[in-house]
Amino acid sequence: MTTAERSPAAEPLLRIEGLKTYYPIKRGLLSRTVGNVKAVDDITLDLYQGETLGLVGESGCGKSTIGRSIVRLENPTDGRIWFDGEDITDRSMSDLRGARMKMQMIFQDPYSSLNPRMRVQELLAEPMRVHGVAGGAELETKIDKLLDTVGIPRSYKQRFPHEFSGGQRQRIGIARALSLNPKLIVCDEPVSALDVSIQAQILNLLKDLQKELGLTYLFIAHGLGAVKYISTRIAVMYLGKVVEIGTKEEIFANPRHPYTQALLNAYPVPDPRKRGQERIVLQGDVPSPANPPAGCRFHTRCPFVQAKCKEREPILRGGDHAAACHFPLAAL
Amino acid sequence: MSAVEAPVPVAGGVAIPAQPERSEGAFRQMARRFVKHKMAVVGFVVTSLLILIAIFAPWLSPHSPYAVTAEFSAAPSASHWLGTDQVGRDVLARLIYATRVAVIVGFGTVAIYVTFGTVVGLLSAYLGGWVDMIVMRVTDMFMAFPYMMVILVVVSVLGPTLGTLVLVLALFSWPSIARLVRGSVLTLKQMDYVKAGIALGLSTPRIVFRHILPNALAPIIVNATFGVAAAIMAESGLSFLGMGVQPPTASWGNMLTDAQSISVMTDQPWLWLPPGIMILVTVLAINFVGDGLRDALDPKQ
Repeated sequence: MTTAERSPAAEPLLRIEGLKTYYPIKRGLLSRTVGNVKAVDDITLDLYQGETLGLVGESGCGKSTIGRSIVRLENPTDGRIWFDGEDITDRSMSDLRGARMKMQMIFQDPYSSLNPRMRVQELLAEPMRVHGVAGGAELETKIDKLLDTVGIPRSYKQRFPHEFSGGQRQRIGIARALSLNPKLIVCDEPVSALDVSIQAQILNLLKDLQKELGLTYLFIAHGLGAVKYISTRIAVMYLGKVVEIGTKEEIFANPRHPYTQALLNAYPVPDPRKRGQERIVLQGDVPSPANPPAGCRFHTRCPFVQAKCKEREPILRGGDHAAACHFPLAAL
Repeated sequence: MSAVEAPVPVAGGVAIPAQPERSEGAFRQMARRFVKHKMAVVGFVVTSLLILIAIFAPWLSPHSPYAVTAEFSAAPSASHWLGTDQVGRDVLARLIYATRVAVIVGFGTVAIYVTFGTVVGLLSAYLGGWVDMIVMRVTDMFMAFPYMMVILVVVSVLGPTLGTLVLVLALFSWPSIARLVRGSVLTLKQMDYVKAGIALGLSTPRIVFRHILPNALAPIIVNATFGVAAAIMAESGLSFLGMGVQPPTASWGNMLTDAQSISVMTDQPWLWLPPGIMILVTVLAINFVGDGLRDALDPKQ
């Protein structure tokens, strides 16, 4: 498996600093804000050209919200986002259009991500026409090329989305994302709605495209399988925070945060001989992000909880392989 | 419809040679399903006939609807197929000309309020926030009004012309369609293809009118169809009460006014039976069309 090397001096393609995305909770006749759901709470991440950062965590941990905040489908409450050397945090919707061409998104549900009333040809032509990327005969050539790239027969371009299978629709969604020649693609659980046999095809397609076009991915998933296959680095999220981040190899071989360990343990091991030893099985539910626990957010479910965990919030530290834990697991 | 549905072969030579796989569009698909609905087809034919009658009334009508003859309340005869009314005017001629009133009121009212209600509902839902709140409170106000009474007052103040009638009926019909549209837009704007449109940097009007509206159209069309029938009923009711279309202009409603006396009811059925039947047939036909459209446009079939 090739790992896109990055030079430490390189400028990140995307830099998120202290990103917070809160959803206000409104009550009563006058819609007073009585609290916030802290979907993303103070996250700092760097994404380098050509790499894939896998973002994993349970449902509701805020991983999708990060993706949506980056492409500004949600408005961040606080924090800054730099993309390609520019600060795009305060851009208005219309000023964002340039940046949007370089930053695309692939959605989870291939059944709702394509307008059912538009033919494939129109679906792919629209963004290119709107942004003036291509027109006329050139546009048709580009559409054909895009379809070739994602492996959809050219002759299908006058069909409607409902005439395709889930995997094919996801390919069309990928073609649409590629239509504007983006640098970064936020993949929001792009394979979780697909059959297992199709998942591998889509993951391979994404990998091939990355190699060919030098794309950078933010790959959001709740399962470790896809993330392990496609990522260069992995960030583990819990309740709106990144609890551990490091290279894929480090995360899998040497998890430092108990939550990461628990996630790894929850991932089925195909080899029966390797099963069994020292598994961390989490009890209980994720606490409400509207009212996260004080101290370490994981302390309510952590098997190694100590007094300090309930009082002080750990910060993410440790350089390239960082964990937010007062008592990180020792290297095995 | 299922995702595995085979591509339908192109019918009627619309295929462009370079694009052999062009599959059927939403409109053709709808038309194909609609014609399976027998009553809807009958309703459609009847409605089309009524519109044709309205357009060609001067050619179809055997007499002028205003010409007073010497025969008052005459029974049907060879010269007056449906007899004459109490003033001596030909009932058939009046019936034919009244179709114009019905068509104008029915379609005119719907055209105005559906357009207005759709735009209001779309913007309300898409913009959300305080715009949405204000719009919805306004629709609440309109829907809470005893509107028949208000219509009576407005008509008596502004004068009972056809234009006033159409406007007043439209004024009290748009809130329901605005709410309907708002509801489906609220659902649609959460769809990933709308989010994708935003991420692709499409403009807001483009997203609203190219991506959201076409997908919200089905319930609007169905509602509009039933709205035509409702407007015709309302016009008939108002005209019957004398607050609608004023004589000598003929309307099915004001033709029925004659039937207020018992003697006409019992002895001169040609005065009230034809307009009554016309109202019944028209409303039924349009409602069948509405039923057919509802089934044809239902995405779950």
